[in-house]
Amino acid sequence: MPFDAGSPPLVVTLAWRNLWRHARRTLMILFAFALGVWSMVVIAAISRGSMEQQLDKAILTLTGHIQLHAPGYRDDPAIEYRLAPPDALLRAALAGREVSAWASRVRVPAVIASERESAGVTLVGIDPAGERGLSFIPAAVTAGRYLESPDDQGLVLGRKLAERLETGLGRRVVLMSQDVNNQLGDRGFRVVGLFDTQPRQAEEAYVFIGRATAQQMLKLNDAVTEIAVMIRDRDRPEATLDRLRAAAPGLDIEPWTVIEPLLVLTQKITDVILIIWYAIVFAAMSFGLINTLLMAVFERTREFGLFQALGMPPRHILGQVLVESLILLLLALLLGNLAAWATIASLKGGIDLSAVAEGMELVGIAPVIYPAWAPADMLAANALVFVLGIAASLYPAWRAARHVPVEAITRV
Amino acid sequence: MTEHTVILRNVSKVYHQNTLAVQALTDINLDIPKKELACLSGPSGSGKSTLLNLIGGLDKPTSGEITVDGQRVDLLGKAELAALRLHKIGFVFQAYNLIPVLTARENIEFVMQLQGISAAERRARAMDILKEVDLTGLEDRRPGELSGGQQQRVAVARAIVSEPSLVLADEPTANLDSKTAQALMELLVHMNQEHNVTFLFSTHDRLVMDFSRRLIKLHDGRIVDDQRRT
Repeated sequence: MPFDAGSPPLVVTLAWRNLWRHARRTLMILFAFALGVWSMVVIAAISRGSMEQQLDKAILTLTGHIQLHAPGYRDDPAIEYRLAPPDALLRAALAGREVSAWASRVRVPAVIASERESAGVTLVGIDPAGERGLSFIPAAVTAGRYLESPDDQGLVLGRKLAERLETGLGRRVVLMSQDVNNQLGDRGFRVVGLFDTQPRQAEEAYVFIGRATAQQMLKLNDAVTEIAVMIRDRDRPEATLDRLRAAAPGLDIEPWTVIEPLLVLTQKITDVILIIWYAIVFAAMSFGLINTLLMAVFERTREFGLFQALGMPPRHILGQVLVESLILLLLALLLGNLAAWATIASLKGGIDLSAVAEGMELVGIAPVIYPAWAPADMLAANALVFVLGIAASLYPAWRAARHVPVEAITRV
Repeated sequence: MTEHTVILRNVSKVYHQNTLAVQALTDINLDIPKKELACLSGPSGSGKSTLLNLIGGLDKPTSGEITVDGQRVDLLGKAELAALRLHKIGFVFQAYNLIPVLTARENIEFVMQLQGISAAERRARAMDILKEVDLTGLEDRRPGELSGGQQQRVAVARAIVSEPSLVLADEPTANLDSKTAQALMELLVHMNQEHNVTFLFSTHDRLVMDFSRRLIKLHDGRIVDDQRRT
């Protein structure tokens, strides 16, 4: 169509006015589409938020972003697979700008016993200060106190385990584990702190003591079983891994994606579920769009014939129907995204699912979900609706353009 | 030598309805000179509208040659036909066929906009022709807000505003009362004289025949009479 700066292109004028010829119908399809876009973006934000929370929680539950072990430890986390404390070279690598926190730990299987009950647990000897920003434990102590130093003589256990052992703050418990000489090392501890955390299974799984105390109890001298590292960009561990592997070539150094493959699988499942959701919503929307456009085309058969009789090339008729669809899609995307943004902003305080928390916890979902605005998901939803929407409009547009003028004009 | 706007040679048209073949036009030969004001008449089904549609390139003949302003219409493709209609042929339909979402002025500008004429020139020409068809003041009304006679005058203005070689008018007065029909025919005769446009009508209306300078009678798809009137 010839360019004319004095007025909008003819197809745009016609498309815009035709859309509002049946304002109610246009508004209905517009809101249906906006609702679809809204649901895509909001559900993606909720799913992504929930997934991120699960990931963060799992990473804070003693996983970290990168772990360093003696070879064999990951298959059999026993004291035989210990490692020397980091040497100067490894310390220099751990002091890199991309590392936000790191600490060495003693982490071995153990048995804890109160005067009434006993339970199998994982004994974790920690440097209390080093765990800040690395694991959940510094912030999880809700009764008593957190450990004060690596040679703290106290013990911190989960509230759920305390209930199971029928013990509590100030009471004594006994820890037993195999030492480096394959002898059973045991020692009594006073419970100085109780921690609460999600998932609640972690409350039963871990018992924390000072790292030096654990080394002494297990005759480890200064050896440890694990070094955990937190980096600034969770999804880009490669550079740090390369540096650490170069500094400690004999160690087994792996990122969280290798240590916790289930988390990666959960992430992938979330992506697949979102794609399926997008496909379902779009399929429903596209039927509405095709139906609306086809109705509009059939109603205007005579008009399209007239356009051709007056000399409008068929490609401009095709363009007119596509521009109608384009305007409809752009308005729906604008409306849907604005509504989604408003919804996500209003849910900033989280979606409280505590009424069904226990069930949710079993599948690893936190009782309060914080939707996460994910630009990539939003972009994907918008691109899908836009591209497939235009593709779905091609058939009605083609139908409009292929009318033979005389048949169209004489049709009553 | 007389210049012809329309030349038809041995034109036939057969429609196929399921297994039935309907002979709409048989062996039509016709010459319409420039500036002619001619009228096709005949009973319903005699082939008047079919003939207009073939001349206007809205439909294809089964056989024969059709030439409009020097171009063989029967040989043109879709895009070339669209260009021919855009630049050389104006249409006036029985049912007015204005574009409902455009105002009277925009309807008149429609063809000029397709031709790429600037907005300022379009507007000036549309306003001039609106004055000529006595619709000044109604330019911003949409078709639904105009009477039948007013709509048909807008259709006439649209058909001739870009000064085509030929205007084809299919039953232009069929939906009008006699007074409005008389005014419309006076307008068309005026346009024929002032703008040097060739007019070809199809009609049942005695009034249209009375205004025409040439009467071509069709019956069962054949020309049975062709008279020049004084």
